[in-house]
Amino acid sequence: MLLAVALLAAVAMPAFAGPFEDAVAQFSEATFADSEAAVARLAVTGSPMAATIINALQDGRLYADSDAKKVYLKGADGKVTDAVTGAAVSDIPDNASKLRLNNKLRRAIEAALGSLTLLSPDPAKRVQAAQTVFKSRDVAALPAIDSALKTETNPAAKTAFAEARAAILLFSPNATESDKLDAVATIRARGDQEALALLSDLPPDQSAAVKAAAASAVKSIQHSLALWSALQNAWYGLSLGSVLLLAAIGLAITFGVMGVINMAHGEMVMIGAYVTFVVQDIIRTSYPGLFDYSLLIAVPLAFAVAGAIGVLIERTIIRFLYGRPLETLLATWGLSLVLQQAVRTIFGPNNREVGNPSWMSGAFEVGQIAITNNRLWILCFTLAVFAILLAMLRYTSLGLQMRAVTQNRRMAASMGIATSRVDALTFGLGSGIAGIAGVALSQIDNVSPNLGQSYIIDSFMVVVFGGVGNLWGTLVGAFTLGIANKFLEPVAGAVLGKIAILVLIILFIQKRPRGLFALKGRAVEA
Amino acid sequence: MTNTLFDAIAKPITRRNWLAATAGLVLGLTAFSDAKAADDTIKIGILHSLSGTMAISETTLKDVMLMLIDEQNKKGGVLGKKLEAVVVDPASNWPLFAEKARELITKDKVSVVFGCWTSVSRKSVLPVFKELDSILFYPVQYEGEESERNVFYTGAAPNQQAIPAVDYLMKEEKVKRWVLAGTDYVYPRTTNKILEAYLKSKGVKQEDIMINYTPFGHSDWQTIVADIKKFGSTGKKTAVVSTINGDANVPFYKELGNQGIKATDIPVVAFSVGEEELAGLDTKPLVGHLAAWNYFESIKTPANTAFIKEWHAFTKKPNRTTNDPMEAHYIGFNMWVKAVEKAKSFDPDKVIDALPGIKQANLTGGISEMLPNHHITKPVFIGEVQADGQFNVVSPDDPKKAKLVPGDAWSDYLPGSKDLEADWVTLKCGNYNKVTKKCGGQNS
Repeated sequence: MLLAVALLAAVAMPAFAGPFEDAVAQFSEATFADSEAAVARLAVTGSPMAATIINALQDGRLYADSDAKKVYLKGADGKVTDAVTGAAVSDIPDNASKLRLNNKLRRAIEAALGSLTLLSPDPAKRVQAAQTVFKSRDVAALPAIDSALKTETNPAAKTAFAEARAAILLFSPNATESDKLDAVATIRARGDQEALALLSDLPPDQSAAVKAAAASAVKSIQHSLALWSALQNAWYGLSLGSVLLLAAIGLAITFGVMGVINMAHGEMVMIGAYVTFVVQDIIRTSYPGLFDYSLLIAVPLAFAVAGAIGVLIERTIIRFLYGRPLETLLATWGLSLVLQQAVRTIFGPNNREVGNPSWMSGAFEVGQIAITNNRLWILCFTLAVFAILLAMLRYTSLGLQMRAVTQNRRMAASMGIATSRVDALTFGLGSGIAGIAGVALSQIDNVSPNLGQSYIIDSFMVVVFGGVGNLWGTLVGAFTLGIANKFLEPVAGAVLGKIAILVLIILFIQKRPRGLFALKGRAVEA
Repeated sequence: MTNTLFDAIAKPITRRNWLAATAGLVLGLTAFSDAKAADDTIKIGILHSLSGTMAISETTLKDVMLMLIDEQNKKGGVLGKKLEAVVVDPASNWPLFAEKARELITKDKVSVVFGCWTSVSRKSVLPVFKELDSILFYPVQYEGEESERNVFYTGAAPNQQAIPAVDYLMKEEKVKRWVLAGTDYVYPRTTNKILEAYLKSKGVKQEDIMINYTPFGHSDWQTIVADIKKFGSTGKKTAVVSTINGDANVPFYKELGNQGIKATDIPVVAFSVGEEELAGLDTKPLVGHLAAWNYFESIKTPANTAFIKEWHAFTKKPNRTTNDPMEAHYIGFNMWVKAVEKAKSFDPDKVIDALPGIKQANLTGGISEMLPNHHITKPVFIGEVQADGQFNVVSPDDPKKAKLVPGDAWSDYLPGSKDLEADWVTLKCGNYNKVTKKCGGQNS
């Protein structure tokens, strides 16, 4: 009995006994090459601890002391153990440092985890694991894939496993011809860029039938991808158009409806973005749980702050300059410099970090197009702002007064409308909407004092092109420019594309000086 | 309409009035500083934009210069004289750089100027420094193809940043396909020309190189990122070499993250993204993307730790980052001090002659030396973006044992410059043609 206990202890105790212990001990060398070798060795030990250790390495929770040849594992709960023996350690010693990663090592980790997580209970993880095998085409994973395929019930995981299996078979010299033909068919059905890459990169020692099948599959995938890429350009165009519209919509009020050449419009957008930054900053320090709602809180605040500044500008500067476009232009341009430098002094010249809430990060795929969440939300948001603004102008009494004042000021005044109050409110509304635009643009652009400058030219372009004084013109103008730009960009490049758009607008304005949707009637002549 | 508009803008302030007004202002300022400055102070010009688009990068350099001068004064100044900083704001306006440089040299009588960021601003002040024979220390990595007697280049030349980065990707990541993406101006265009020639000399085929330029401040990266994704999915390992300028980087990296391009698939190595640029960004989706610099804040040496501590104390901001051009100013300023002490004079001609050969410890554990071509020796580091916005050095394995690379003014990979050599000590020439044995560039 005693002997048996002693024997058991002898088996369990020695630290550098089995392949698992040896593999883990190699991490203590703390070089990239040793870590990579250790990961590869760990993956084939079959030890239940292997995945835990590799995960810890990936998350930066594995520490090594290269002098004492010790490796420490910090659990996800913060508990520290000696990674080789599993013995508990009170804390990580000072001379142990976190194991560093580079991309090569990250790929090795992903490949190792891929074969280790093929049987994970979470279907999403299984799909991910199968994808990794699809890319690594590791022959050693074939038996695991085969057995996984037999028991798999989740359809997405099943397809992913079948594709991974096909990829391995195509690249294995031992597979039969009929296996390979099946594999080509499976990959052809997948039909994306990666399938195309795989099929065009086949090793040369294939039979003629496989080569022919692969060539025809490549052709068919290329054909369908070309169609998808046109659709993708259209989506990019819509998305760019929505950004242009959002930036221009406030200007469509101040410049389009009121006729004020407002060079400080971009700075209202910038102020909106900084309001978002301040809101997120307060939430980060005081109420971290609310972070996902930060944008919802920022929208009304940005409207209020930018709108109030707009009213202030109208009351103190612009109202003295009605009917003097040149002076307005210079005054608002100067004002834009003042606002920029003020923000630079308060917040510093550097970019400020505005985070994306979780619902605005990432992308999903429709067929072969990747649609990024933030762009989709911005498109929806822009259309909503546009609809609300349109409804406000049409159905509220303030909207009615605004239209009356801008169409015929004297007649509106004689009807008892306080025109100067309406002017201030209209300018405030335009500025407030610019502020809201800033909230959305903070999600895709730099939040820096120069933010507004990059949008002011585009905004004027959209409003002039669409037709001054017409909100629908602004909408159509923005989307036309966005889509035209995105179809030109792949052909002409970003720099030439932009120039081409400007030339087209100049030509268009020659032909139709009042833009796409010209206002008709007596108001125009006044 | 255009005429009246122009007249109306131009008339109220004519050029002469404007000059008079500026001159008046300047005179007033100089009078003020003259009153303060006694004979035992030496003035140092700081020519960095504090407003406009470049303020984002250059303000930091002004602050670091103030700190270095302050520190030197605490040590008793130079040759027994106190140093005094003269700060001007060229406002990201290239012609204004030349005007302000002239003002610093002629009105303020500065002994040396530290300044400029963009290549176009440096090109704009060159004639001024040549004409008035003063010294400029230029701290930013640049495209090379230049060596002037009055300029000392403490930033990296392409062979100290771009080429080692490409070598790293070839060796460690086995990259076979290359995207050269840049902002459309002189630095990316020249660097990409050098890189293209270099890649071809290494056997990379034309169809495996994609070159893409975007305008300044480009913010809609959807198409380009999708193109990169497509270019990178042919089965050959692909990497992006980015010379994209500061402001356009944030939307570029955001789009990369959103479209799910991970560093393990297509790594991006950037030459203009440092700790400061990352400060405006959520770096979690970017972990593993690379940057090549001659200094990283994360490199642990006693000198660097002390420098960072002092920087935090001086700016009173405990989380303000340090970056590569700041270290370049640190090296440049200390080299100037040593050269002045060697020449025992502040006279620009004597200091220019004394500078080559001056050695100064850099912040990462090596000793940099000013070379006869007015460039310096620097270590090259490849760093990976970390989730905390810092870089983790992945090459060389031990940052403290990094080899120093001498800066090469004229690239060996461009047909127009491979025969040229700069040497201000023996040849006294910035563009000596080794084939024709004449000074004066390629066509001499």
